[in-house]
This record gives sequence, structure tokens and C-alpha cells, in this order.
Amino acid sequence: MNAQATNPDITVSAGSGYNFAYLDEGTKRMIRRAILKAIAIPGYQVPFAAREMPMPYGWGTGGVQVTAAILGASDVLKVIDQGADDTTNAVSIRRFFTATAGIATTTRTAEASVIQTRHRIPEAPLSEGQVLVYQVPIPEPLRFLEPRETETRQLHALAEYGLMHVKLYEDIARHGHIATTYAYPVEVAGRYVMDPSPTPKFDNPKMDDCPALQLFGAGREKRIYAIPPYTRVRSLDFEDHPFRVQSFERPCALCGARAIYLDEVVLDDAGGRMFVCSDTDHCETRRADGHTGEAA
Amino acid sequence: MYVAVKGGEAAIDNAHRLLAEARRGDPAVPDLTVAQIREQMRLLVDRVMTEGSLYDPDLAALALKQARGDVVEAVFLVRAYRTTLPRFGATEPVDTGAMTLSRRISATFKDLPGGQVLGPTFDYTHRLVDFSLGDGTLPAPAAEAEPAADAAACPRVTDLLGQAGLLEPSPEDLGAPVGDLTREPVDYPADRALRLQALARGDEGFILALGYSTQRGYGRTHPFVGEIRVGAVELDITPEELGFPVGLGAVDMTECQMINQFHGNGPVPPQFTRGYGLVFGQGERKAMAMALVDRSLRAAELGEAVVVPAQDQEFVLAHCDSLQATGFVEHMKLPHYVDFQAELDLVRRLRAEHAARAAEPEEPILREAAE
Repeated sequence: MNAQATNPDITVSAGSGYNFAYLDEGTKRMIRRAILKAIAIPGYQVPFAAREMPMPYGWGTGGVQVTAAILGASDVLKVIDQGADDTTNAVSIRRFFTATAGIATTTRTAEASVIQTRHRIPEAPLSEGQVLVYQVPIPEPLRFLEPRETETRQLHALAEYGLMHVKLYEDIARHGHIATTYAYPVEVAGRYVMDPSPTPKFDNPKMDDCPALQLFGAGREKRIYAIPPYTRVRSLDFEDHPFRVQSFERPCALCGARAIYLDEVVLDDAGGRMFVCSDTDHCETRRADGHTGEAA
Repeated sequence: MYVAVKGGEAAIDNAHRLLAEARRGDPAVPDLTVAQIREQMRLLVDRVMTEGSLYDPDLAALALKQARGDVVEAVFLVRAYRTTLPRFGATEPVDTGAMTLSRRISATFKDLPGGQVLGPTFDYTHRLVDFSLGDGTLPAPAAEAEPAADAAACPRVTDLLGQAGLLEPSPEDLGAPVGDLTREPVDYPADRALRLQALARGDEGFILALGYSTQRGYGRTHPFVGEIRVGAVELDITPEELGFPVGLGAVDMTECQMINQFHGNGPVPPQFTRGYGLVFGQGERKAMAMALVDRSLRAAELGEAVVVPAQDQEFVLAHCDSLQATGFVEHMKLPHYVDFQAELDLVRRLRAEHAARAAEPEEPILREAAE
């Protein structure tokens, strides 16, 4: 099968000396197979032959490979890190795809067909047809409870998640709360316990029943996993200690938004702080619509 | 007053221009040529080729220049280039027994066929700084060796011991395709060929420390250096359409065969076991450390208890790669403020609860009547 002959999306990017979106078509096919398997088994970590990428491990090589494998020439890409489009690594990855795929990019969540993210899910609801690609450092939710891959794979196979429940219980016994604030474990489609990547637990509810396809790429650990659209994603909890997300006392100082995730900005060395939207596109959109906060 | 920061792109561009300037250093000092690095920093070039898994001295030298001499960064450049190269096929296994030797030593026999060949080595030099190196004088010409007789005159020590059955035989070549950990994710337990690949690519410092740990009692293997040989080996490839091997050229390699504690029970008579190291160029430290760790990682196969890090293949293989390690360690400098905010929020909440508890009057402690 000659993908290049049948798919007008695939072109050799002019002048760069590399294939469209950097990876060769054979590698993309291998990654797509892993993605398809991941979609078929929601929350299951599919091993894949991650390539050595021209950016360092730990800096989004998994997400970059997933994005490279699914991008077509008509896609519009948004890249965020910590919710922001202008953080250095987001800029770097967006440039990588502009250079190697020549595709259109955007900072607007609603306009993007593919959104690669590190540590956040956009505030604006995602829609059908969009793909959210997460960069994942440690895909194994049980890794810090059991360091051995041979063991954790067995635990998943047997759906033996007692270790995780004990860990969460011990948090409550020690601190009175579940002390996991990010990378908070979720159960996907009633089967696999999955690491949502180090997003704050604030974002966990957005994963549930999401109309967009969610793909997770871990390059160093060579794993891909997925949440298909409209899949049940439940954050682990207890009846008497139900899952709760963070809430902020103040609204965004720039756009006045509430019930969204905020960054704390240190203003001086005398305790001065302000809180602003972590999602820069959300903040800009609101301000363009005339919303203002106390500092604007 | 804070405003949402823009201008990351300009800052990145400026940082990269500053890097280029810093790389060049004082422009009054002549630019370093790639050939100079290749010829005069050869052991560094060899290390970059080994850990970069690509035999190309010019590319490795250029990578070192681009990386300002940072080994891991140079390895990174070579690997990122290598990953884009097409795979035409696999060569025949190299015959290190037929190596054109520049150095060959054995620590297990005083003399042996082919003799001890010291070659270019730091061993036995006194580590006194040679201040005359600064003035560019040419070294005195080296003594010429007698041309070596045929390769059969210099057999591998392991072959000599193997003939007598004292040493376990090298695993038989079953002609099965060898795995490639750059093309397939590692599935534990990994076979020895994959482990050796990982060790060869692994960071020299890490492999060295692990090998050292086995010598200090963390998984002792009673090693002897059967042989270290350094020199050029011929590479042959058998193209499918030809069906017979054709020569590709020669590469320089260092091979270390460790002879380790003996085994044997039941039907197997006692015999020594092996640890193996093989690297590009001249890299004796790495080849020796690799051989120590290879032997350690065979613990399970040889019926030894797996208790120390150097015996634990998940520990060694998952952590020996300098690129994976440096990437993940250094990614900590990427922004993490979203997660830190979540932690900050929790710690503030816990502190508030703690303060509230401290403010409450303590409940009277109930005492046993008998006290």
C-alpha cells in the first residue's frame, strides 16, 4: 500500500530534507498502529518503538511522535505548555512542526484540529473531531508504588489496583486528604487505571465523556495510550472521601474568570501575589470579549 | 504590574545566537577544525561514536564541535542524526579473532601465542602534566613493530581456553535475527544481545560505576581480564541479491573478554563463565566495565540470586542511557508551575488545618486509674 499515492495529506516538506512532519512514513505507520490499538483498549499502555527525536527525552518526544503520526497537511496545530502557548517549549515544538510539516498553527483552542499539551487541558470545551495529544513523562500510574515493569504489567493484566487504593487511603490517614494534586489516577472505561499525565487534578473531570479523542505519548518510556471520545473516565476516590478539584478564592486578575485554573504570579518580595488564567487563550478570548479583572 | 508574557520566540532566537557566539569563543583564537578534533581528540570521538551507536569519526568530531565538547550533547546530535538513516541491512558478525591488532593484552597468561602487544596506552605513563605539549613540538617517531604474522598466530584467549573446555562456549549463532532496541521497545526480560546493545550505548560513567560496584561486593563475579584487543575489523554484508558476503570496509573496535567465576553442576563440568564488552574505537574502560556488567546481568541465567543493582536488568537497562537520563533530569528546568500551584494549594490547606488544630485547647489525656 502506498500511502503517499493515495493520501493527498502526505507530502514531502519542501526544502527541509525531511519527510512531512519529520518522521518517515514507515515509522508513522508503526505509531498509528499503536494508536489504533490504544484506542481499541482505552487506558491500556501500548508499547511502541519510540524513535530518538531531535529534542530531548522528557521534553515531549512522545507527544511529538504522536502528533507527527496523525498530522495531515490540512490540520491546524495548537501547542501549549502549562496552559500557555508562549512558554518556551511550546514555542519550540510549534516551530518544529511549522518547519517540518509547514502546517497552520493557532493559539485558539476552538480553531485547532490537533492540540499538543503538557500539564493542562484547555478550559474551553473540546469538540468532536479535535485530538488532544498529551506529553507523558511516566505513563505507569503504579510506577512509584512498584518500580518493576514486569510487575506492573501483571497488576494491570489482573486489574489488581489495591496498591493504589492503599496509597490513597494512607494519604487520608496521614493528612486528612488525598495528597495527590496532579497526575491523579483515573479509571478508564471501567477497566484500566491510567495516569492522566501531570495535569492538575482540576483537569481530570474534563477527560470524562470528552467529545475529542485524547492520545497520550511517552517517548522515553515508549508507551502510547488513549481515551476514545465519549469514554467514562473516573478519578479514583472513596465514598466518604469523594474526589474534589482545586478551587481558587479569587477570579483571574486579568479577565475575571472563575472556576478555572489559575497561575500564581509573584509580584514583589513583600508577599504581593496575583492570580491569572493558566490557559492564556481562554484569558485572551475573554478579554477580547470585554471581560476584565481587578488588575486589568 | 504583570502582563501575560509574550516574546518567547524572540528570546529563544536570541539565546541560540548567543550560544553560537559562546561556542566560537574568542574570535582571535583560530577556529577548531573537525579534522583536528577527529585526529587529536580521538578517544572522545570514539566515545561519542560508541554511545551514539554510529561509526562516523567526522560526524562525531563535528558533533563535539557543535556541542562545545559536551559528550552527552554530542551523543545526542549523533543519535538524532542516526535515527533518520535508512537501514539497508545487518552485517555479518565481526570476526574479532581476525582483527588487525594495534593492542592486545591478557591478564590471565604471562605469554601466549601472538604475545602481549601494548600499543598506544596511557597505562604505565606517569600522570605528570607535560608542559612541552603547549609549544607544538612533534613527538619523536614511534618504534616500528615487526609486521604481524597471520591472524591465526594471535588467537583469542577465550578460544584457547575454550578448546580445553575450561571456559563456557560462546553462545551458538543460530542465525536468528538480532533485536534492535532502537526499533523495538524493550520487553523484559531482555535477551543478552539486547542487553549488550544497551550496555554498548550506555553512559560510560554509569556502566563504569556499576561494574565497579560488582568489584566491591555488590554482586561479586571474580573477574579476570582474559583479553583486551584493540584494532581494525573487517565488516562484511551479504546482500540478498548476491547471496555471498562483500566487504564494506574496516572499523576500529575494542573488545574485552572477562573470564569469571566458574560454574558447573550435575551434568556440566566446572568451567569459567564469560562477560563481554565491545565498543567502537579505543575504549578499554568502557569495554571492561561493560564486560563486568554483562556478566552480572547473567545472574538469573546462571542460577545466581538477583539482589544487587548490577544484576537487575530492569534497573540497568532502564537507566544506563545517557540521553534518556539527561533528558528526564534536565526536563525539570521546563516550567512546572501548574503542578507546583496544585502542591502549593494543598500545603497551604494542610498548614491551615494544622494551625487550627494547634489553636484548639488540647483534650485532657485520660489516665489509667492505676497510674
